[in-house]
Amino acid sequence: MAFGLIKYGLSPSYPGKRFLSRQPELKSSYDVVIIGGGGHGLACAYYLAKNHGVKNVAVFEKGYIGGGNTGRNTAIIRSNYLTPEGVAFYDESVRLFQGLSEDLDFNILYSERGHFTLAHTDAAMRTSRWRAEVNKHLGVNSEVVDREDLKRLVPTLNLSEDVRYPILGALYHPPGAIARHDAVAWGYAGRAAEMGIEIHQGTEVTGLEIENGAITGVVTNRGRVGCGKAMQAVAGLSGVMAKMAGFKLPIKTVPLQACVSMPLKPFLDPIIVSGSLHVYISQGSRGELVMGGSTDPYPRYQTKSTLDFIEGLMAHILELFPFLADVPILRQWAGMTDMTPDFSPVMGETPVKNYYIDSGWGTWGFKATPVCGKRMAETIATGQVPALLQPFRLSRFEEYSLVGEKGAASVGH
Amino acid sequence: MTRMTSRLAEPFGSLIDRAKPITFSFEGRSVQGFAGDTIASALLASNITMISRSFKYHRPRGPMTMAGQDGNTLVQIGPEPNRLADRVAIKEGLVVKGLNYWGSLERDYFALLGLFDRFLPVGFYYKAFYKPRWLWPFWEAVIRRVAGLGKVDVHAHHGYFDKEYLFCDVLVVGGGPAGLEAALKAAETAGEVILVDENASLGGSLNYARFDEVGARARVERDRLIAALDARPNIRVMTDTVCNGAYADNWYPLVKANRLYKLRAKTAVFATGSYEQPLTFRNNDLPGVMLGSAAQRLIKLYAVRPGQRAVVVAANDDAYGVALDLLDAGVEVACVTDLRADPPPAPLSAALLKRHVPVIAGVTVYEAEASAGGRGVCAVRLAKVTSEGIAQIMGDRFVCDLIAVSTGYAPTSPLISQAGGTFGYDEASAMLAIRSLPADVVAAGSVNGAYALDAALEDGRHAGWQAMRSQRLAAGDEPRLSAEKGARGITWPFPIFSHPRGKNFVDFDEDISVKDFEHAMLEGFEHVELLKRFTTNGMGPSQGRASSMPAIRLAARHAKRTIDETGTTTSRPPVTQVKIGHLAGRSFDPVRYTAMHFRHLEAGARMMSAGLWLRPEFYGDPKQRAALITAEAKNVRENVGLIDVSTLGGLDVRGPDAAEFLNRMYTFAYAKQPIGRSRYVLMTDQAGVIIDDGVACRFHNDWFYVTATTSGVDAVYRSMLWYNAQWRLKVDITNVTAAYAGVNLAGPNARKVLEKLCKDADLSKDAFPYMGVREATVAGIKALLLRVGFVGELGYEIHVPASRGEALWDALMIAGKEFGIRAFGVEAQRVLRLEKGHIIVSQDTDGLTTPWEADMAWAIAKTKPFFVGQRSLEIQAKQKFARKLVGFEITDRAQAVPKECHLVIRGTEITGRVTSIADSTSLGKIIGMAYVAADQSEPGTTIDIRVDGGAMVKATVVKMPFYDPDAARQEL
Repeated sequence: MAFGLIKYGLSPSYPGKRFLSRQPELKSSYDVVIIGGGGHGLACAYYLAKNHGVKNVAVFEKGYIGGGNTGRNTAIIRSNYLTPEGVAFYDESVRLFQGLSEDLDFNILYSERGHFTLAHTDAAMRTSRWRAEVNKHLGVNSEVVDREDLKRLVPTLNLSEDVRYPILGALYHPPGAIARHDAVAWGYAGRAAEMGIEIHQGTEVTGLEIENGAITGVVTNRGRVGCGKAMQAVAGLSGVMAKMAGFKLPIKTVPLQACVSMPLKPFLDPIIVSGSLHVYISQGSRGELVMGGSTDPYPRYQTKSTLDFIEGLMAHILELFPFLADVPILRQWAGMTDMTPDFSPVMGETPVKNYYIDSGWGTWGFKATPVCGKRMAETIATGQVPALLQPFRLSRFEEYSLVGEKGAASVGH
Repeated sequence: MTRMTSRLAEPFGSLIDRAKPITFSFEGRSVQGFAGDTIASALLASNITMISRSFKYHRPRGPMTMAGQDGNTLVQIGPEPNRLADRVAIKEGLVVKGLNYWGSLERDYFALLGLFDRFLPVGFYYKAFYKPRWLWPFWEAVIRRVAGLGKVDVHAHHGYFDKEYLFCDVLVVGGGPAGLEAALKAAETAGEVILVDENASLGGSLNYARFDEVGARARVERDRLIAALDARPNIRVMTDTVCNGAYADNWYPLVKANRLYKLRAKTAVFATGSYEQPLTFRNNDLPGVMLGSAAQRLIKLYAVRPGQRAVVVAANDDAYGVALDLLDAGVEVACVTDLRADPPPAPLSAALLKRHVPVIAGVTVYEAEASAGGRGVCAVRLAKVTSEGIAQIMGDRFVCDLIAVSTGYAPTSPLISQAGGTFGYDEASAMLAIRSLPADVVAAGSVNGAYALDAALEDGRHAGWQAMRSQRLAAGDEPRLSAEKGARGITWPFPIFSHPRGKNFVDFDEDISVKDFEHAMLEGFEHVELLKRFTTNGMGPSQGRASSMPAIRLAARHAKRTIDETGTTTSRPPVTQVKIGHLAGRSFDPVRYTAMHFRHLEAGARMMSAGLWLRPEFYGDPKQRAALITAEAKNVRENVGLIDVSTLGGLDVRGPDAAEFLNRMYTFAYAKQPIGRSRYVLMTDQAGVIIDDGVACRFHNDWFYVTATTSGVDAVYRSMLWYNAQWRLKVDITNVTAAYAGVNLAGPNARKVLEKLCKDADLSKDAFPYMGVREATVAGIKALLLRVGFVGELGYEIHVPASRGEALWDALMIAGKEFGIRAFGVEAQRVLRLEKGHIIVSQDTDGLTTPWEADMAWAIAKTKPFFVGQRSLEIQAKQKFARKLVGFEITDRAQAVPKECHLVIRGTEITGRVTSIADSTSLGKIIGMAYVAADQSEPGTTIDIRVDGGAMVKATVVKMPFYDPDAARQEL
């Protein structure tokens, strides 16, 4: 039995002090207001306090913390991207994730499983090699593996050639991991609050006050507060928020769906992704299979599940693992993703002075939670955009300087 | 006392057929039941009361709802994990096992975990195991092994599943009294009504509940309704069928046996009833504690006597019906404890009084005492209800082996919620009630608040009428709603009792007890969604059907807020478990064959996927792949080859604005394109990125036949329609890809072959030059002829109606025999086109490639007023671009040969990658295309390519095309 549990069990005052502090009254102004209490907003708050001593910060969340895409995504963490800019960025995130449980003193159930992106076409094999080569160049562990390797590494995978899309090989990324998504949001929230950050749930930002091109305050359903700086981190509603700030984003909001099975005894360690079949699957620590695919075919601001999606997804899952036909599905859900044209995020400055943006996270936001939080905190605290974030600036779209990650991000979120 | 369950004599057991015994095995023991039994009923009839072990503490569990609403009956059936024993009918030879134990179901070593519960607080895994970091993988493996329920058999056979579409005017979900009445009423004017019920037999509560002193009324009502139903041929009854979700636009998945029906209904009536709710007290999860309705189902449906001596916990009159039914089944009722201090007079309680059963008012069961090993109940201790959720223990102890709980209900809301209906809390009845319903959705019966039988019947008729009114086909006047609904006073408002020693479970799936909620809230997880996620309440197999309302009650009490202020959690599909196989069905995945597909197979082609199509990669033995590809390519260069190009996209653009339309869609100029000529087309998106290419053939002034890439044509077609919806040019655009079969006949002998088969066109160089297009007859088939040069030889693309593709192929192969014709595949074509320096969009371009980078400035018209991407391209033309697509060659044969997507490296920087590479036999060297830095793009520059293993290979940038730079051969 782990020592931590004995401590809890014997403590007469358990549960002792609150992990998430009580919600305070709104102050009239804050140095920094963070709009959106998902993983990203909370991480930014945490690093503002921890790394930069900026503690007069409020996080405004219209629902409950981690209730948007943080709590809806399938919690895959990897850095096997395509562009050098993307690989370097996500690699820092993976490194932060690896030590995050200790850092937050809260177990986020980070579980390194290995990540396979299956290739069923020669085009997919080419992309796999491209990613592996770029990854290796930047010190990220990725390798192209063939059918023989797969037979050994994923023995339960259906490698038959008598299927619609036989598997030719895969991109293997050993550091690929999963984690408990809620725990990431809670861990950041708890520790940020401990350092004096205010987290206001049920607090919706309904307007922004901008004077002389600079942010001066935000209007919420609980009243107006002033702010020195503000950041929006609102995922699917990024476009709506940007409109309030008076600028446009090259972002479309598209629903993304996923589902879980009933819990099963462990039989699948790695995370398996297939671009051609538009599926990915992993087995979580509770034993449930977590499965998803590509985004819905059209943009919408809603989170309704469709039958069409889960029918297609399950058909393809069975092509990879035919023995799962009798496994019951437990729950299906959807989130709203903010998709950019180049499948890379938008971070940094905006046309509004002191108003920062953290958006364009499409289907790849969870895995960037620590690095984005840390580097956006640095951006806000110092007023300087770090080199790691520069390629992801909003102005790249008018400069024709995109960071093309479609080949690495369209299905294997 | 030790629990004894047994089979009752007739007339009990409406679902079982005693003439048909069935034998199956449970935990290695042979068990006998009857046709109609579920696994759970057959086990209980054989006095097997423990079915599985719980998720966290591995506590013994038995049936609690007998309606598939709890996770206590999850079992493993052969290779099928996590099936509900109270839903699955027994079959001869089933092999059933309990879940989640280490050792045996009877002796589970992990059950010791229950003793350490104080060390395993709610969310314990967040609080430990991560220090030191290196030990976490060990703990993780332990946690994973202990978690999880059923086992997957990785060698299991993929069984047969299929799908069927259904349509109806009215769908009625739920075949209880309200649903039956609704179906009957709607059927008076509807074309077709489909009535769905998850049970084997229609009637719902009429099959098991008790509505009057003698217990006769249910039967009378059921017989009446079933007789009326039989007289309505336009009602299709689907029993044993689960309506498993409500998707947009009245789209419903119905699961029955191995089939998923997909139903589109004009109107849906949800008569889904209500879930009886458990009561939370210490040890309320022991086998032998069950809902009153579960005891009634066991007795009436399966003729199972659920115990010998029962204590009934009541908070409504239905509980007294349970007590009466138990007495009728020969169960001794030790007492009825009624939570209500002053139970109002009611028919069933009055009837029970006559049977001399002690009724103790204002009292609850405080704890159940476990029999040996915790496998059942041996007694209860009672307590006086003093305030909300608090009870004062009394001295009374009753020996019993069964506790039947009837203390309240919750509407079966999932389908209505998923359909877009909303629920709010009704303080008067202490239950959720419907606040709003979407259009074309109607609710009836207890889910709609009509709990009394008369009210449910009436509400059903009203709903059936309403359903047809929404289709303007209602029969007669609106039926009256007069009866007392009976929702008030049947649900105890706070059915959760604290106990200092805990084990008073709210969520049975995940072993979450009252203190777990209290601790979670004290830690700050007070928002009802956070509470759910932190405790994992309602996230298990039964998805909170019994636990979500108590959790909200606890959260509301903690925050001193109302239930409505506290809020509810969201219901998500599916409603109940559905197998992956059901959703997948037969897994139809479209595959497209060209007209010549079987000729390729006959010729030994190795097929490859190209989008949805299959194309010959090469012909012959895969072991000789490289040699075959080389030989195929060589034959094109030296004789004549034939390739199936049917998969190429074909778009017919016709109309007076056809040329103008192409001018806007593509980068080149088409207004002055002569009739009878083709011209290259390059498509860019609004960002100036290359997205497709092909040729536009002008056959008439107003008719262009435009080709597109195999994988790109559908997107090109969509995009054309999308743009023209705005431009409104006078053109018709048709995707004719599948209408034509096409071949490319290429090589120095191509003309000779074609001349044998084509007599109505002058094929001479002058009459039909390179880039010319003609309508002609080939082998008696009307064809479009295109003189093209993709592979760099004299060549004709011949496009004919797809139905004649095979005939064309055969005729050409025969005619070409004397000239050494040979079919060639995609791989040979790739080599040939690379020698000519032609790009393949999406292989040599990526998501960001512009025509400037691809050295295709020649394809951009300079004087057009507009085309898609023009603005971006003009801006980019003024910028420095970072990379360029170039040709390269490797002449030093001693070096390793790079592969496509190997990187071009300069110092520590990635400057590009190889996009195409081939060993060109006609040129005697390795040739390829690669992206390089702009300053590396001058011919003669040496570039370094890193190959497998990390070695650097030197290559030289050269001007393309590599082969026949003057294009003399294709213009022969």
